[in-house]
Amino acid sequence: MQLARVIGEVVSTVKDANLSGVTLLVLQPIDATGANVGRTLVALDSVGAGTGEHVFFVRGREAAFPFYPSEPPTDASIVGIVDHWDVE
Amino acid sequence: MIVAKIVGTVVATRKDERLVSNKLLVARPIDPSGKPEGTYLVAVDTVDAGFGETVLIVSGSSARMASGMKDCPVDAAIVGIVDTIHVAGFKTELNGQANERASEPTRAERGSRGPASERVGE
Repeated sequence: MQLARVIGEVVSTVKDANLSGVTLLVLQPIDATGANVGRTLVALDSVGAGTGEHVFFVRGREAAFPFYPSEPPTDASIVGIVDHWDVE
Repeated sequence: MIVAKIVGTVVATRKDERLVSNKLLVARPIDPSGKPEGTYLVAVDTVDAGFGETVLIVSGSSARMASGMKDCPVDAAIVGIVDTIHVAGFKTELNGQANERASEPTRAERGSRGPASERVGE
């Protein structure tokens, strides 16, 4: 799983049937200091996150698991909203 | 998932039999402001996307979860057509034609599009 900041949202009308009713958010992955790392991506939201929040997300096939028994075609899903984190 | 713009089509006569009658498109990933980034990729179209449209592409084994792609040898599938992307402070309208087909609220939103969207529309 990776830390990221939610920077926006995507609106899509025509999409896979299993994606309907799910929020699509734009994520910017960040490192432990909060600095941007890597490319932005679009992830499904399973926890009710919103723009500006820090979250962690899961990549790969497992990204569909939070939506069980539905199987949306996704390779990234937000699975938690970060309250705070500490790095020594 | 990544946001990408459709820049072409692929025609293949000899291919895996499980790919028969699937549309293959060439896509160029873009960032939320519409700027191209990274390399081109070939993706299977499951939502009837077309040339010039901005789409959502799911990659890796998750691509097989797209509608009709079960057990197909694919690692990139187009699963949605993007209408707009809202990113902190600006909004990018990506598919002018797609919006004309869309419902009333989307059309109303188009009136307030910012400079970023005009840059993308060119």
